[in-house]
Amino acid sequence: MSAAAGIAEAAPGTGPGQRALRRFCRHRLALGGLAMVLLLVLACGLGPYLVPYGPLHIDLGVRFSAPFLGPHLFGTDQLGRDLLVRLLMAGRVSLTIGFAAMLISTAAGTLIGAVAGYFGGSVGAALMRFVDAVLCFPQIFLLLALAAFITPTLASITLVIAATAWMEVARVVEAEMKSLRERDFALAAEVLGASDFHIIFRELLPNAVAPIVVAATLNVARAILLEAYVSFLGYGIQPPTPSWGNMLNNAQEYLVTAPWLAIFPGVMIALAVSGFNFVGDGLRDALDPRLERS
Amino acid sequence: MTAAEPVLQVDGLRVRFASDAGAVAAVNGISFALDRGETLALVGESGSGKSVTSLAVMRLLPPPPVCEVGGRISLAEAEGGVRDLLALPEEAMCRVRGDRVSMIFQEPMTSLNPVLPVGEQIAEAIRFHRAASRRVALAAATDLLERVGIPEPRKRLGSYAHHLSGGQRQRVMIAMALACNPEVLIADEPTTALDVTVQAQILELLRRLQQETGMAVIFITHNLGVVAEIADRVLVMYAGRAVEEAEVATLFRRPLMPYTAGLLASVPRLPEAGCKGREGVRFAAIPGTVPDPLALPSGCSFHPRCVHAKPGLCDSEVPDLEDAGPGHRVRCRRWRAIDGS
Amino acid sequence: MTGFLLRRLGQSLLLLWLVSVIGFAVLHLAPGGPLAEFTLTPGMTAAELKRIAHQMGLDRPLPVQYWEWFRRMVVGNWGRSYRDNQPVLWEIGARLPATLELMISSTLIAVLLGTWIGVLGAVRRYSIFDSLATVGAMIALSIPTFWFGLVVIYIFSVLLGWLPPGNLHTTGNSSFLNYAWHLIAPATVLGLVTVAIWSRYMRSSMLNVINQDFVRTARAKGLPQRVVLLRHSLRNALLPMIAIAGLQLPTLLGGALVTETVFTWPGMGRLFLDSIGYRDYPVVMGILMLSALMVIGSNLVADILYAVADPRIRLR
Repeated sequence: MSAAAGIAEAAPGTGPGQRALRRFCRHRLALGGLAMVLLLVLACGLGPYLVPYGPLHIDLGVRFSAPFLGPHLFGTDQLGRDLLVRLLMAGRVSLTIGFAAMLISTAAGTLIGAVAGYFGGSVGAALMRFVDAVLCFPQIFLLLALAAFITPTLASITLVIAATAWMEVARVVEAEMKSLRERDFALAAEVLGASDFHIIFRELLPNAVAPIVVAATLNVARAILLEAYVSFLGYGIQPPTPSWGNMLNNAQEYLVTAPWLAIFPGVMIALAVSGFNFVGDGLRDALDPRLERS
Repeated sequence: MTAAEPVLQVDGLRVRFASDAGAVAAVNGISFALDRGETLALVGESGSGKSVTSLAVMRLLPPPPVCEVGGRISLAEAEGGVRDLLALPEEAMCRVRGDRVSMIFQEPMTSLNPVLPVGEQIAEAIRFHRAASRRVALAAATDLLERVGIPEPRKRLGSYAHHLSGGQRQRVMIAMALACNPEVLIADEPTTALDVTVQAQILELLRRLQQETGMAVIFITHNLGVVAEIADRVLVMYAGRAVEEAEVATLFRRPLMPYTAGLLASVPRLPEAGCKGREGVRFAAIPGTVPDPLALPSGCSFHPRCVHAKPGLCDSEVPDLEDAGPGHRVRCRRWRAIDGS
Repeated sequence: MTGFLLRRLGQSLLLLWLVSVIGFAVLHLAPGGPLAEFTLTPGMTAAELKRIAHQMGLDRPLPVQYWEWFRRMVVGNWGRSYRDNQPVLWEIGARLPATLELMISSTLIAVLLGTWIGVLGAVRRYSIFDSLATVGAMIALSIPTFWFGLVVIYIFSVLLGWLPPGNLHTTGNSSFLNYAWHLIAPATVLGLVTVAIWSRYMRSSMLNVINQDFVRTARAKGLPQRVVLLRHSLRNALLPMIAIAGLQLPTLLGGALVTETVFTWPGMGRLFLDSIGYRDYPVVMGILMLSALMVIGSNLVADILYAVADPRIRLR
């Protein structure tokens, strides 16, 4: 067995980056996830221009058209609006919120984690205890409590989701920083008189990119899921602007007569979320050298 | 069952691991015989295939397709005849393992289950192989602990691995391996992880137990000092092949394979008793490193590191194992020339 | 062990205090604060608002307000619901059993089914079963729970009529069977998530164990595969799962909330949403605080159980 492990290491190796890329590509699931994400982004970005109906175009003559039968590929809703174009427009909203919330929460989490991990001591301990405390609240509870008190807009929903999603990134970064700052290159930079700012952002953080990217990818998935849920409950994106969540809310009423109204938005959410989850999982396998042998 | 009949005979053992870069031959046709009561040392650098050989005998390697094992491993039967361990169904092999052939490992800390009391772990083998009750098995475990020199054995039954020192843990491992009076004990670097003083005690214990029980021992080590102390016969392995085999005295006096000579040269002051190879200087005398098993050199695997290597001769074909005297075999094209010089 | 207990208890108390500060901050930093309810009421004059604010003590300095709030919190006086003037704790207490019923049943499903899937996946690593379990778990975690609930209701209640579309039990029928019948769909929907999570953790815990030296030792003793798996591997692999179970409570609570909304399940999650709808601050705060308390408590209990179960910690 030791022989086999030795071989894995001795395999004609290139740089760690290329090895990670190879491992990622071997991960069929991750590639599939990437394809799903790209396809969704493309469809939501360009699709609405190709469908001959506007997302708000009401045509009471074709209310509740069943999917795949007429000119409306995915059918229509109770106002005769084309479901396909609404799904794609909703996708824009969901993906935008997902990415934006991820960027904000990752930036905040990275900053807090980096400060806590780098300075350590009482500052670090206090910050991390704060992180622990926020994590005691189930995310959905905290999110709903906050979302219910604000005027829901794209920006405010994004901010609220980000506000409840930065803690895990902070934990990951703090742990990385703690171990990285004891390493030679960090000590060397310190001896050379580099500023804390320089050491954190130029020396340490670039080495912690891998786990941050993984956490960020999974955060997109979670943000999309949360936005859908909050909108489903009516505290998120407000109609008539379509979002997968509020489309589902609307569909509940017509579950018996027009089940497709409920099925399509749910499938879209599942596709988007699983796409990002697959990518995140593949990235974790590809980027984590500790998993190399297992 | 005659004295001449070996208790364990390995013929043409081959082990191949599947890897991303293709199949890797970890063991490439090893053959040896083990007589009753004898101690055979398998010697070689890490990666030479000695541990894989022992795991293959125990059938503890991963199943195909990860790992393919070929050859014959014959265990002598009490009523005469042999049985091929590699051909046994898994269930029958379970009856052999820990009963007739047992094994101790290098890392006594990680080799014991951390959440089971050591008494339970020793008694387990007895309960399974002898169908003994828990009480009987625990009593037997107490005796075993006493035999391997653990003070207050009754009290120690309920101890956990982390309560014991490294040496005590290895004693527990030995007790566990001896629980069913095996005919063959495989010891895979049992002293490597221990302090030097403890090493000597464990070696002494193994020697005493071997005398008491008459079991045969396969002792795996890279430490020639230990070999000199405990072995009757030595099999030197290099890159998955046996390169030299001889009585211990013969080997130390007249090593024929340049690799063996290199190993010996790198141990200071031999072969006086009590001498342990010093870790840092062990292989300093042999230039180069162990070859990549995915890209073994042509011909004799050792030729790139060998001072006696002759282009056109040593790098063309794998040399055969030739007889070089009574019980002395060597795998080298040039052993006569080297012996004469 | 005593030192460990005391340290762990101290950490939990500190966490409790921090949680209370955050809770208080959420309450007061949200736009409108506790007065939002009244500012939205039509015909409310500024003078009247001020009077209410004074009545509620909102014109005092924040630290004083916090201290008052905290003091009442500790003794169990969590205020009264704006909606029906019942004590908050009483209100929550009436809804908690339904939530616990849902959480416990889906946890049981997770432990039974998830352990089996995880162990089999680890033992037959990279087999078809393992791959399917891996992909299945990831898809299960990607499907929105509320949507899955709707699908289950549509198929099993609307189309097939096998299961009730919601509620704890049929009014006027409180037999065990009726309760169980109502539990099937919501427990399955929440169970999908819990099984997925538990099986993933179980698999990696088991993988960690089966490659360890002592498992090889157990096999070297000649123990049959079944004994090696159950006695030496599963036992060790389950130990860290105790701590993981504790850590999963926030996810479980969140999942229960979502499930309750779809199945009109009269639990704490449903109450939480209703209270948000009514801007019933005391109840919202109460549930928020109680869920955090439950999380802290479960982590503490899990850690202690783990310490008791693992001899490496127990006897130190």
